[in-house]
Amino acid sequence: MSGFPILSVMLAVPAIAAIACLLMSADNARKLALAATLVDLALGVVLWMSYDIGGAQWQFVEQGVSIGRFGWDLGIDGFALLLIMLSVFLMPICIGASWQAITKRVPEYMAAFLFTEVLMIGTFAAQDLFLFYIFFEAGLIPMYLIIGIWGGSNRIYASYKFFLYTLLGSVLMFVAMLYMAHTAGTTSIPALMAYDFPAGVQTWLWLAFFASFAVKMPMWPVHTWLPDAHVQAPTAGSVILAGVLLKLGGYGFLRFSLPMFPDASAQLTWLIFALSAVAVIYTSLVALVQSDMKKLIAYSSVAHMAIVTIGLFAFNRQGIEGAMLVMLSHGLVSGALFLCVGVIYDRLHTREISRYGGLAINMPRYALFFLLFTMASIGLPGTSGFAGEFLSLMGTYQLSTGIALLCTTGIILGAAYMLYLYRRVVFGEIKTDDVAAMPDMSRRELWLLAPIAAVVMWMGVYPESFIAPMRKDVGVLLARIDRATPISDSRPTAGKPAAPVTQAAAHEGAH
Amino acid sequence: MSYAANLAMTLPEVVLALGAIALMLVAAWGGPSSTKAISWAAVAVLAGAGIALIGPASHGGDAFGGLYRADAFAAFAKVLIYIAAAVGVVMAPDFFRRTSGDDLRPEYPVLILLSACGMGMMVSAADMLTLYVGLELQSLAAYVLASFMRRDGRSAEAGLKYFVLGALASGILLYGISLVYGFSGTTLFSGIADAYAGPRSLGLMFGLVFVFAGLAFKISAVPFHMWTPDVYEGAPTPVTAFFASAPKVAAMAMAVRVAVEAMGPATDQWRQIVIFAALASIILGAVAAIGQGNIKRLLAYSSINNVGFALVGLAAGTPEGVSSVLFYLTVYIVMTLGSFLVVLQMRDETGEPVETIASMAGLSRTRPLLALAMAIFMFSLAGIPPLLGFNAKLAVFSAAVDAGLFPLAVAGFVASVIGAYYYLRVIKVMYFDEPAPAYGGEAGAIEGGLIAAAAVVISPVGWLLLAPLGALTLTAAQSLF
Repeated sequence: MSGFPILSVMLAVPAIAAIACLLMSADNARKLALAATLVDLALGVVLWMSYDIGGAQWQFVEQGVSIGRFGWDLGIDGFALLLIMLSVFLMPICIGASWQAITKRVPEYMAAFLFTEVLMIGTFAAQDLFLFYIFFEAGLIPMYLIIGIWGGSNRIYASYKFFLYTLLGSVLMFVAMLYMAHTAGTTSIPALMAYDFPAGVQTWLWLAFFASFAVKMPMWPVHTWLPDAHVQAPTAGSVILAGVLLKLGGYGFLRFSLPMFPDASAQLTWLIFALSAVAVIYTSLVALVQSDMKKLIAYSSVAHMAIVTIGLFAFNRQGIEGAMLVMLSHGLVSGALFLCVGVIYDRLHTREISRYGGLAINMPRYALFFLLFTMASIGLPGTSGFAGEFLSLMGTYQLSTGIALLCTTGIILGAAYMLYLYRRVVFGEIKTDDVAAMPDMSRRELWLLAPIAAVVMWMGVYPESFIAPMRKDVGVLLARIDRATPISDSRPTAGKPAAPVTQAAAHEGAH
Repeated sequence: MSYAANLAMTLPEVVLALGAIALMLVAAWGGPSSTKAISWAAVAVLAGAGIALIGPASHGGDAFGGLYRADAFAAFAKVLIYIAAAVGVVMAPDFFRRTSGDDLRPEYPVLILLSACGMGMMVSAADMLTLYVGLELQSLAAYVLASFMRRDGRSAEAGLKYFVLGALASGILLYGISLVYGFSGTTLFSGIADAYAGPRSLGLMFGLVFVFAGLAFKISAVPFHMWTPDVYEGAPTPVTAFFASAPKVAAMAMAVRVAVEAMGPATDQWRQIVIFAALASIILGAVAAIGQGNIKRLLAYSSINNVGFALVGLAAGTPEGVSSVLFYLTVYIVMTLGSFLVVLQMRDETGEPVETIASMAGLSRTRPLLALAMAIFMFSLAGIPPLLGFNAKLAVFSAAVDAGLFPLAVAGFVASVIGAYYYLRVIKVMYFDEPAPAYGGEAGAIEGGLIAAAAVVISPVGWLLLAPLGALTLTAAQSLF
């Protein structure tokens, strides 16, 4: 693949298609958008196949021309590869989910989604600080329009809240970036990842980046934009928001906060842990009392993202790999759950949980898929959720048993709110005639959910496929942050040298 | 130095002055029917002045014993001024033909030419008196332009307000100049710089404060911004577009030259003033715009806001800072002229201009391309990447951070979020709201073409311009140091 600028091509395909969409009729725009996203998916598969696992840290590097203050520098490592794959995988599904649900201003809608795809891939592939910021921040524009034009009744409030919240977080990061470029004399991300900023400065820079990523993530207490945005956004908008845009925060911690400011990361781990623990318990409890399906899933997203942050800041291999897996898994599962909500919303045009019930009777196929994704969200072994959450919590346990304890309650609470949701929607008796009249999933809807279901199972049964590309990168990251690793609160003491007679007692002591 | 060499360096101003006088004579004899021909002749004169910049006019050095300086900085600013002035001329005829008030008279292009000539003097001035003469030539032409629709109450009011407050500002500036002259014994920038480099003197400090107050008035920086919304709202839209672009560039460039060349040794003193004016402009421009229902007033506050950002670059006081100011102004005039060209398209069936933001409701469905262009300008003014307005903000804040002004950078950038709110409001009205009655008439070929060109420059396509513009602005900035 040397010489072929595959990343630039992956950016160019949806960008050109987006402009073309604007000039087309609704029907052609749908087809073109689907074609473009499928081409990008195919390119993504090529990218993954030709990615040399265990090879150079940065692959498919494109050192482009310098544009003013920054350069068109692209390149990916294992983390970026996996997140790009997640984006290109979810995108055709989003287009498919909007096939019939969106009837007004279709060309603009498709163009907005294609632009979002460009910006997401660009964010993960950028190797220049300012190029990253441009992609990261520009994502606000299409999302703002998607929520504002095609959203629900309270869409304008939600679109403003989304835009201004995330913009406010990002501007602090931008000033920090200016400082870094000035001090280190380079805007290359790989170079900055090896640059040692003075410890005192690191704290400030870390906090500035934290302001941005915490909002994007979103972490408690700056998560409040998420339920509003999710509830008002159209189904596909929610999928992309939960599936990929929330991952930008986690990716940011992984790419910037940890390797660039390891000392500050270690000092402020308590902050991340405290906020995450609160988030897991608080938002899970809030999810339990929601009457709106999308809101419930939105709150569960916040709880899952907290499992990501504790894993990232566990400073060990299990934690980081687990966090990445949770990100991928959550992207698939919450996306699928929003699609499930979309399926019944398209039929009854309400998200009120109490309006449904007994769907297992007239929509058995739907009930099956919904069950699978509910279980994956809870983290049932064999689904993707388990692999990620288990690793992440295991990593955290090594650093802080208390936080691991608190965050693990999230799994129990998660089971509570998800099963409660499932019971109210799918089980029981059919209460009204309009619910009874709902047809089961159409072939199109089946084709949207089946691929996600397959990948969720794949990731649950054989996570190695997804861990292998990032194994070496986790090693590099750990080597970088190793010196700063905080001291664990559990200090296992080795048992006394075993005398043959007291073998049993010594065995117990080692635990 | 021979007189001819001096004249060669001032060739752009000579071309403009002679062209303006010649066209005025044509106008006097030709009457209103000659308007169209004179407009195009004025554009040709502006182009001629631009061509005259090639040669000694862009790098000749001092002319007329140091009263006038022909350098890359002045040349760059003049190119911007001439482009903005030409657009100001081109967009006028259609507007005046449609409106029920006065028709366009041939004096309009002539006044713009005279104003452009004055602005050329302002940016080339290397002496306080050259500066003042240039400024007054520009201002007097502008006062007349503001009240060009004589039978329109608002236009007359705008002209009067502009005149009274502009005269006050000139007075403040002159008072500052007289203090500086009194304590330094010269009006030449080089001599003034020597005086500021010498022992500290209270009189010189007072002079500096008054000179900056006068300059702040001319660039409409807070706290001397009060005239801007009223004048922008009242003046005919093409004139407002002209005011928001060319004189802004000229006044800003003049302020930069005074700050760096005449008062460079006192950088630490004027930096405080500039930082205050920058932050105050950014914040007030953003907050006051929120409640505006008139698009011209909104753009007036937006221009105050943008001047604040440009001042951030000046506060750095470095060649990079000055270069970033020039870059910011370049992007700013493209965005502003584009926005005003869109505002020109806002009219009812009879052709009368409509100025409320509410009338833009649903523009994305009635006029999708116009709405798209406006959305690009608004997002760009808000500084959202990947549009060029972001690169401009990147440049000025980068210069500020390089100069160690972190609190300014943080405060300025956080305040830009407030500004984002009202730009978003325009987009919300255009894209989210139900359509209002559509505007009458289509954009003419020239206006439509200019809007499209401005939108393309601001879009990511404009990244191609970043590298050459960066080199040009840096060369221009270095000629001051």
